[in-house]
Amino acid sequence: MDPVLVEWVLYAIVLLPLIAALIAGIGGPWIGRVGAHRVTIGGVGLATVLSFWVLYAQVWGGAAPLDITVYTWATVGNLSFEIGFLVDRLTAVMMATVTFVALMVHIYTIGYMHDDPGYQRFFSYIALFTFAMLMLVMANNLLQLFFAWEAVGLVSYLLIGFWYTRESAIFANLKAFLVNRVGDLGLLLGIAVLASAFGTLHYGELFAAVAEAPDQTLNLFGAAEWSLITVACVLIFIGCMGKSAQVPLHVWLPDSMEGPTPISALIHAATMVTAGIFLVARLSPLFELSTVALTVVLVVGALTAFFMGLIGLVQNDIKRVVAYSTLSQLGYMVAALGVSAYAAGVYHLFTHAFFKALLFLAAGSVIIALHHEQDMRKMGGLAKYLPITYITMLIGTLALIGFPGFSGFFSKEAVIAAVGYSAGGWATFAYWLLVLGVFVTALYSFRLLFMVFHGEERMDAHAREHLHESPRVVTIPLLLLAVPSVLIGLLTFGPMVIGDFFKVDGSIQVLATEHGLAYLAAGYTGVLGFIGHAFATPVPYLAFAGFLTAWLLYIKRPEWRPRVVAPLAPLQRLLEHKYGFDWLYVQGAAGGGRALARGLTLVGERWIIDGALVNGSARLIGRAAAGVRQLQTGYLYHYAFIMVIGVLLLITLFVVRTVLA
Amino acid sequence: MFDGWLLSLIIWVPIFGGAAVLAVGARSPQAVRALATAVAGLTFLLTLVLWIGFDPGAGMQFVEKRSWVPSFDIHYHLGVDGISMPLVVLTAFATLLVVVAAWRGIEYRLAQYMGAFLIMEGLMVGVFAALDAILFYVFWEAMLVPMFLLIGIWGGTNRIYATIKFFLYTFLGSVLMLIAFLYLRWQAESFGVLDFHGLGLPFEAQILIFLALLAAFAVKVPMWPVHTWLPDAHTEAPTGGSVILAAITLKMGAYGFLRFALPIAPEASQELAWLVIAMSLIAIVYIGLVAMVQEDMKRLIAYSSIAHMGFATLGFFVVFQAGLTSASGGDGGLLAMTGGYVQLISHGFISAALFLCVGVLYDRMHTRNISDYGGVVNRMPIFAAFFVVFAMANAGLPGTSGFVGEFMVILGSYQASFWYAAIAGLTLIVGAAYSLWLVKRVVFGPVANERVDQLRDLDGRELLLLGVLAVAVIGLGVYPAVLIEVAEPTLVALLEDVSAMLSLAAAR
Repeated sequence: MDPVLVEWVLYAIVLLPLIAALIAGIGGPWIGRVGAHRVTIGGVGLATVLSFWVLYAQVWGGAAPLDITVYTWATVGNLSFEIGFLVDRLTAVMMATVTFVALMVHIYTIGYMHDDPGYQRFFSYIALFTFAMLMLVMANNLLQLFFAWEAVGLVSYLLIGFWYTRESAIFANLKAFLVNRVGDLGLLLGIAVLASAFGTLHYGELFAAVAEAPDQTLNLFGAAEWSLITVACVLIFIGCMGKSAQVPLHVWLPDSMEGPTPISALIHAATMVTAGIFLVARLSPLFELSTVALTVVLVVGALTAFFMGLIGLVQNDIKRVVAYSTLSQLGYMVAALGVSAYAAGVYHLFTHAFFKALLFLAAGSVIIALHHEQDMRKMGGLAKYLPITYITMLIGTLALIGFPGFSGFFSKEAVIAAVGYSAGGWATFAYWLLVLGVFVTALYSFRLLFMVFHGEERMDAHAREHLHESPRVVTIPLLLLAVPSVLIGLLTFGPMVIGDFFKVDGSIQVLATEHGLAYLAAGYTGVLGFIGHAFATPVPYLAFAGFLTAWLLYIKRPEWRPRVVAPLAPLQRLLEHKYGFDWLYVQGAAGGGRALARGLTLVGERWIIDGALVNGSARLIGRAAAGVRQLQTGYLYHYAFIMVIGVLLLITLFVVRTVLA
Repeated sequence: MFDGWLLSLIIWVPIFGGAAVLAVGARSPQAVRALATAVAGLTFLLTLVLWIGFDPGAGMQFVEKRSWVPSFDIHYHLGVDGISMPLVVLTAFATLLVVVAAWRGIEYRLAQYMGAFLIMEGLMVGVFAALDAILFYVFWEAMLVPMFLLIGIWGGTNRIYATIKFFLYTFLGSVLMLIAFLYLRWQAESFGVLDFHGLGLPFEAQILIFLALLAAFAVKVPMWPVHTWLPDAHTEAPTGGSVILAAITLKMGAYGFLRFALPIAPEASQELAWLVIAMSLIAIVYIGLVAMVQEDMKRLIAYSSIAHMGFATLGFFVVFQAGLTSASGGDGGLLAMTGGYVQLISHGFISAALFLCVGVLYDRMHTRNISDYGGVVNRMPIFAAFFVVFAMANAGLPGTSGFVGEFMVILGSYQASFWYAAIAGLTLIVGAAYSLWLVKRVVFGPVANERVDQLRDLDGRELLLLGVLAVAVIGLGVYPAVLIEVAEPTLVALLEDVSAMLSLAAAR
């Protein structure tokens, strides 16, 4: 019997985490710590099982995509705003990824947050996040997407600032929210463009309406005509740049590491930050219509991939290295979207979710072992103390750098190949950035691994005495994430990227017949052939070179390091200042904004409006009254005197006029 | 159920109830509290009856018309439609909140305090329900008196300056409105507000009437640049006064645009729409920036109120450029107007909640300076949760009522001009900046000083007040249809009337 997707399953998938979050959040004091993690893990666990069932039904069961309306949010005129679900293969893959990683992170949190007084609150937040992220990927329209888009941003805000007494944390969460809001403004305007041009926000209806009238234009400056689709897509992509931390809206992501490590894994690596990639893939029928928008996507992605990776080379905080690595990998995904290789971009999202969550959680395991020390300069030689953490982190690293056969190899290779096969100057430019990025990736990844797990032990004696492997609630999620990090590529690459996985049900639509992935598919002869083929490109050699460089500089010949670094000092300074973006935003945008606001308050409010106009007119009336008041002295003889003068003047006037006449 | 009496009951129950509270006076604070709460609760129940009995499609209803001053043809004429009914309910809701909030914290002349709010409630309902221009004017001006007393008696240190500024400012505008009414009486041969509609007045006359009404309503909203009375009034007013001021009084100006300016002077409204749009956009961006750097919490929220009301006025006047009816292509006008209207109700909830939150802190610390706070969450976690919810609503987060109006106005004004939408959209950034920066400085961080260290969390009464508001804010955000279904038919009719009048004028 073919499995049929029933609606209650979808309701259960989103509502279970929400209800669990509410119970843990509001009832936290009553149900206690154990109660809180039981109820949220129970809720998210059930949602995970059901999500996998949905994936099964979609892929193997041959269930048709489901598009249902839950309720009508509001109707204004002919425009109807609805809350509803669209479940096709793209969504099903996202649902399974999100719930699986979320479940791992929930379990891991039991160990990581063990001593934290905000235990229940934390579980409530991450369950709430799971709900919001599911609403995002399951939305069948742009309004609900925007709802969930902001909701995940809210939870991210709350979690970055989870340790709210830390000045750096509450600075980072404000920054993250505001930078994201810049992107959201773009997204909202993009939604406005589409809503007014096509009269609907429902994906299916929207795509149909766009297909009918793809060549509309609008005027932005004067009479110049702009392609409406291009404007809409670029605006929406600005939203994606905020959420998925693309240059130049990337500055919030490294700072978000102020939050506890489990959420760095869940929100700021595996799921939320990939929402932008998901959105572009979801809107592929729109982006396909605009070469300009796709080129913007490609260039932004490639720049992020290379230049953010470079910053990772100079970071000493273990989490920040992984964070810059995330930025760089998000750039790879976005670049793939830019050459219409949506499947490759989403596939890299999919594999990255596992190995990057693994890397973060393993980094977290190191951090707990060292009692919340994050500086890699105070680590070293940890491999023998933390064997499971070491092995799993090595697996994550190999997947990240694209070691042949590991999951990251397939996805990254597909991205690079798709860009490489694409025509045009921008594609060539992007291709070389991505290829060079492979070297950088391997270099910072092994630098981290060597600094943390190999070489001399640089921690203090006290910390060394207490070193021991993390408890099982921590290591089991690591092991469970390590499995897909190794195997998922071998198992799924063929059908998901080369095959018609996302095409058969219209999840992703590609207009052109000749594009990077098509060339890739034409020459595809199976995973082994694909691995062999990779060695004909510079990619694996660059990865190996990166590993070798790290090995030389951090293991074999550490004394060479100063000599290598010295001539690169200006570059190092540039990287340590993160190209000056932070300075520009904090001093320029935020500081400038505050200065402007203070100026407006002083000049506009206090001097002009209140000072000159309001109180000024009051004073003017006061003065006029004071002047007129002089005449009203109350002394009879003053009045009599003025009257006499008046009478005399009148008589004089009369006499003069009579004489003249 | 008591069709011909309901509105009168809603007006006079609180007025007589307020008088009764005054009569009980200083003898027993306990009795004052009980009586005032009973009156406010009863009135609120009556407005719920109004809501349940209301038929969105039926136009003006619950109409009462009795002769009042026959020699001048002035009537005691009441009625509500989809625009005024929700505002009447909101008034009763806000008053009930304020009365419950005043159970504690007000020691000085409690009976007079409660009485003033109850009497003001009746007068405010009168403003929204009056269908006779003179009756409207009487309620409109009478309402100033209790507010004047509230700020003047229970206000802060600079209250005299604030009250005089508040009174003179609003009074000046109102006098011009009265002159416009007298002219209209002469033209329509009636004081009926509905008789004023569609008179087909000459263009020059419309311009003058519009300017007179603009003077009255812009001050009340308040719109930039006649807004500076509001921050002063808010900072000096007691908590309850601020709540009513923000939640209800400001809405009267916006209501005035819908009930008077647009239908009476449609051509002038169209001609001068650019002016109101410009004033609204300035309010949204400039006032938003000014809000960001305020050092007094109430001043900050007051400025944020002005910025949010900018969305309402933008929505009401952008309709002329965004398409008045569906026939003229798209639903931009209707979207913008609906959004502006939802913004009124939503802002009623959010600003009430924020001022109550400040009141909660003020009752404990007796200071409104942001710099005196910091790390409140450490001692008041439940309060902090509410504060974050309301700040997020203020920043227009989807899922809260603050999003609905802003979203619709931005969507609608896009159909007039991309740049209107883009400028109004800046509130996404600026609004988040002032709201969340406030949260950061007041709520988050380590315990700032000893006084913060001694704060205790919400008591049951405060929890109830903020909880009810949180439910309202989130409820309206998740299911705004409940409000839109009530108001939309009236707004559609208004737009169609305006559109028809404009076509008639064009044909002349």
